[in-house]
Amino acid sequence: MSNKDQYLIKTEPFYQAQGNEVTLYEAAYHAKLPVMVKGPTGCGKSRFIEYMAWKLQKPLITVACNEDMTASDLVGRYLLDANGTRWLDGPLTTAARIGAICYLDEIVEARQDTTVVIHPLTDHRRVLPLDKKGELIEAHPDFQLVISYNPGYQSLMKDLKQSTKQRFTAFDFDYPTAELEAQIITQETGTDAALAARLVKIAQTARNLKGHGLDEGISTRLIVYAATLIRRGVAAPDACRMAMVRPITDDADIRSTLDHAIDAVFA
Amino acid sequence: MATGIHSVTDTRSQEFAHPQVQAAWKTLDCGFAPVAAVFEECLYEALTRFNQQQLAAYIDAARVIGKLGRGPEPLLAFLEEWPTVVASASGDQEPLLPQVMGAIRAMQKSPNSKAITPFLQTLAAVARRLQSVDQIGIYIDIALDLMVRTSVSIHGHHTTFPSPGLPHFFDLAPRLLGLLSTAGLKSWTDYGIRNYAHHPERQEEYFRLDSADSRAVLQRERHGTLFADVERQLDLYLRALWQDSQQLVPYSTAFDSQIKSVPYYDALGLRVPDVLDDDRGVSGLDRYRAVLAHMVGHRRWSKPQIADNWSPFQRMAVEFFEDCRIETLLIREFPGLRRIFLALHPKPVEGACDPVASSCLRHRLAMLSRALLDPDHAYVDVTLNAFVARFHAALGDGESSTNEIAQMALSYVTQTRRQSDQLAKVFFDDTVIDYRDDNRQLWRFIEQGDEEDAFDEERKLDRSDEIVGLPPRHYPEWDYQSVTFRPDWVSVYEGLHPSGNAAVIDQLLEKHAALAKQLKRLLELLKPQDKVRIRYQEEGSELDLDIALRSLIDYKSGSTPDPRINMSHRTDGRDITVMLLLDLSESLNSTVAGSQQTLLQLSQEAVSLVAWAMECLGDPYAIAGFHSNTRHDVRFHHIKGFSEEFDDSVKARLAALEAGFSTRMGAALRHAGHYLSHRKADKKILLLLTDGEPADIDVDDGQHLRADARKAVEELAATGVTTFCLSLDPKADEYVSEIFGRHWRVLDKPEHLPQVLPMLYASLTA
Repeated sequence: MSNKDQYLIKTEPFYQAQGNEVTLYEAAYHAKLPVMVKGPTGCGKSRFIEYMAWKLQKPLITVACNEDMTASDLVGRYLLDANGTRWLDGPLTTAARIGAICYLDEIVEARQDTTVVIHPLTDHRRVLPLDKKGELIEAHPDFQLVISYNPGYQSLMKDLKQSTKQRFTAFDFDYPTAELEAQIITQETGTDAALAARLVKIAQTARNLKGHGLDEGISTRLIVYAATLIRRGVAAPDACRMAMVRPITDDADIRSTLDHAIDAVFA
Repeated sequence: MATGIHSVTDTRSQEFAHPQVQAAWKTLDCGFAPVAAVFEECLYEALTRFNQQQLAAYIDAARVIGKLGRGPEPLLAFLEEWPTVVASASGDQEPLLPQVMGAIRAMQKSPNSKAITPFLQTLAAVARRLQSVDQIGIYIDIALDLMVRTSVSIHGHHTTFPSPGLPHFFDLAPRLLGLLSTAGLKSWTDYGIRNYAHHPERQEEYFRLDSADSRAVLQRERHGTLFADVERQLDLYLRALWQDSQQLVPYSTAFDSQIKSVPYYDALGLRVPDVLDDDRGVSGLDRYRAVLAHMVGHRRWSKPQIADNWSPFQRMAVEFFEDCRIETLLIREFPGLRRIFLALHPKPVEGACDPVASSCLRHRLAMLSRALLDPDHAYVDVTLNAFVARFHAALGDGESSTNEIAQMALSYVTQTRRQSDQLAKVFFDDTVIDYRDDNRQLWRFIEQGDEEDAFDEERKLDRSDEIVGLPPRHYPEWDYQSVTFRPDWVSVYEGLHPSGNAAVIDQLLEKHAALAKQLKRLLELLKPQDKVRIRYQEEGSELDLDIALRSLIDYKSGSTPDPRINMSHRTDGRDITVMLLLDLSESLNSTVAGSQQTLLQLSQEAVSLVAWAMECLGDPYAIAGFHSNTRHDVRFHHIKGFSEEFDDSVKARLAALEAGFSTRMGAALRHAGHYLSHRKADKKILLLLTDGEPADIDVDDGQHLRADARKAVEELAATGVTTFCLSLDPKADEYVSEIFGRHWRVLDKPEHLPQVLPMLYASLTA
C-alpha cells in the first residue's frame, strides 16, 4: 500500500527563487524542523514545496484541508470488512512511516481541534500516537511536516492557535517583484518578455485595490492562465478579461476599472 | 405693454422700395411703428432662406400674430426669430409652423397669453439647441402640458389664473436644454408641476431655478456622465492604476454659463467637474480618467517653479511643455492613454492663425503640444520639429525634470517670439485642452503682488452664531407618482424630551404590579439559556449515550453504525436591540371610549411596562417619540438612549410626554433606523406605536405619505432592521399591511395596551 515511489516527484517543477528560500528550506529540512509557508493565494507556495521535494528527492504527500476534515482523516481509522475491522493509515501516518514530506495545504480551513493532532509530530518528540489503535509511531528520520496558510482572506475566526504556530519555522511569501514575475511568466508559458511585463502590470493595478473592494489581487497563477490563453491564439485583452478580471470580482465598478487598465496597457 | 387707449401712428401706409417687401407689408396689414422699422431687414433675410410657399406661410403667420391684440412684441419676436428657427431645425419642416401657431392659439385662448412673447423670443435659441423638428415638437408639448396643468381654475369651471411658471419656463428654456435632454426637461417640469401646482410663489421659484430642489432635480436629470454615478469607479481607478488615494471633489458646472471652470487640485483634493458629456468619441468616464491621470502626473513628476521672474507668456509656454512632459510619462506607463489624450487634444491647423492680425502664441503652443504627443502630427514648421526632437531627446529614457523642460520652453519662446504676440486679439480656436488642469500647483510666487506692503489686507474672523440645538438632518421622501426620491425633502430636528416628575412612572408601575408579576414569569422563560446542545457530532466534547448505544447495536448486528455518537455545546446568547418609537401626534390626546384615560396616558403606562420588561431581559433598547408640523419641522424626541439606564431621568422624560401636531412617519422611521443601523446586534427591531395613518398638514394626497412610509420600511429592512407596528387605530387594517407587510398588529381595545405591549414584545423576540 504505502509504496514510497508513488509519492516522488518525477520531473523537475519550474520554480523561480525569490531569495534564499531554497537554502533556508534545505537547512530546516536537515535540522528536522517543521515549516510553515504563508502568503496570498497563487503566489507559488505549493509550487515551492513541490520543487523542494523534488530537489531533496523525498516523497511528498499533500493534503488539502477543509472544514469537514476530522483528526481521523489525517491519522487513520478503522474500516469494517467481512472479517471485522481493519486499520487504514491516514496521510499523516503514512508520511511518518515512510519518511515523506507531509504538506497540509490551507491548514486553517480545518477546525482547530483537528490540527492539534499534529503537535506531537512537530516538537522534539517526533512521534504520532494512534490512540484508537494503541500504537505509537516514531517518525521516520526523513519525515517533515509542512503547512501552508493564507493569512489574508480568512475570517478572524480562522486563525492558527498560538500553540500550533509556535511549532513551526516560517516563510513569508508574496507576489514576486515585477521583473521577476515577468520572468516567471516567460519561463512558465514561453510568452515573450514584453507581453509578460504588460500582464504583470495589469496584475499590479488589481493588487493596488486589495482592501478597497478586492479581497485578493490577481495572482501569479492567474497571470499564467492569461499568458497560456494568449499563447493559444486568444487576443490579449480578451484573455486578460477572461483569466484575470472575471474570476476575481463580481463588482461592476472594479471590473470596469480593471477593463480600462487592460485597454490602457494594450494600446 | 400698451393697454390704455392712446393714439399710435398708423404705419400701414408706409412705402417700401422693394416690390416683394411692399406686397408682404400689405398682406401683413400691421400698424406698429417698431415693426415697420425692422420689417424690411427681416424680410430680406427671409427672402434668402424661404421659397415662395414658405414665405407666404411666414407672412400669414405673422399677420395672425400681429392681430392677437398683444402689441408689437410677439410680432417682432416672430419676424426676427423665425428664419433662424427654420434654419436650425433639420427634418421635414412642414409641420413646424402649424405646431407653433397651434401653441400660440392655445396660449391666446387661455389666460396665459402673456407667455406668447417669451415663447417666441427664446424659440430660436431653443431650436439651435434641439436642432430637429421632432424635438421642437416635444418641447412645445411639454410647455403646453405645463400650461394646462398649472393654470389655476377657481370653482372648477374656467381656467382663470395664468400659469405662474410658464413665462419663467420659456425664459430659461435655452439654458435648460443646454443641460437636459427633452426627456430630462420633461421630468424636471413634471416634478415642478406635481409639487407646486397649487403654490404660485413656490412654482415661480421652481421654474426660475431659484429653489434648492429645483436645482437638485435638474442636477439629477442632466445628460452626460454624472460624477456622483462614477465616483467609486474613479476612486478605484486612482488607486489601481496610479496608487493615489487623494479625495475627489466635484465642482458645479450647471450654473456658470459664462466662465468655464477648469479642473485643479490643491491640498484638499482633486477638483473635477460634476458632469462630463461624451465628447469627440470619448466616453464621459474616460474623460474623467484623462483629467485624473493628468493631475496625477503633475502630482508625481512636477516640481513647483518660482514664477516671479517670468512673463505670462513664458509661464504659459512652460505650462504647455510641462503638461506634455507628464503626459508622455503617463503614456509610457499606460500606452492606451495616448488614444484618449489624442482624441481630446485639439488639432490646430497649421497656418490657421494670421500672425499679422492676431496673437498666435497660444496657437503655436497648442500645435507644439499636439506634435509632442502625436507622432503623426504632419506639421512642417522647422522650429516646431526641432523642438519636438529636442523634447524627445531630453525625455529619452529618463523622466527629465520640470526645470530642464522649463528651460526648453523659455528658449522656445525666445526663438519664436513675434511682435504680434502682444496683440489684444488672441487666436483661441483649437487651443483649449480641456482635460488639463489649471496648473496652479506649478507656480510659487514670492511676492504677493506689486504693492509695497499689504497693510490694508483685511482679516476676517468668521464668528458664527452659537449653535442652538442640533442642526436639522435632511431626509429624502419617496414620491410614488414619479417613482423617485424628493431630495432632502424633510428636515428632522432632534432633541431630548423635556422632563417631568419621575415619580409618576413609578406610580404607574406600582399600579400594574400584578401584571408585572405575571410578566416576570414569562420573561424568565425568555431569558437566554447560555448552553445549547448540538447532537450527532463525530467529534465532540461528550459521548451521547443514546446514539452510542444505538450505534453499538447496529455494529453488533452487522449493519453500518452511525459514527456520529458525540455531542458538543455551543453558547447561545440573546442579541437583540430595540428602538421603541412613539407617535406623539395630536390624536393621542383623545379619550378612549369606556375609560377616563387618554391614549397618551395608556401609551405611557404601556411604555413604562415594556421598558421594565426589556430591562429584565437585558436587551439594549432606546425610546423615542416623534411628531411633525409640515416637512420643514419633524421633531424627534429622545426619551431614552441605548446606553442609558431606565432611571429617574428617563422616567422623568417619559412622565412629561405630550402630544401635538401630525404624523410624518417616513422621516421618523428613517431617523430611528439611522440610530439602529449603527448598533451591533444580530437582530434589530424598530417597534412603532401609533394611533393612525401617516398624515401631515402640507400633504393632501394621503397615499403619498403611506407610500413614503412603506419605502422607509423597505429601506430599513435592507439595512437589517425589522420594523413592527402596533396600531391603536381600529380601522388600520386598510392601510397598515400596505406599509408594514406582515409585521403589524391592530389593537381593537386600546385600554388593553399596557398588557398587550409587553406581551407582544416578548412574543416577538422569543
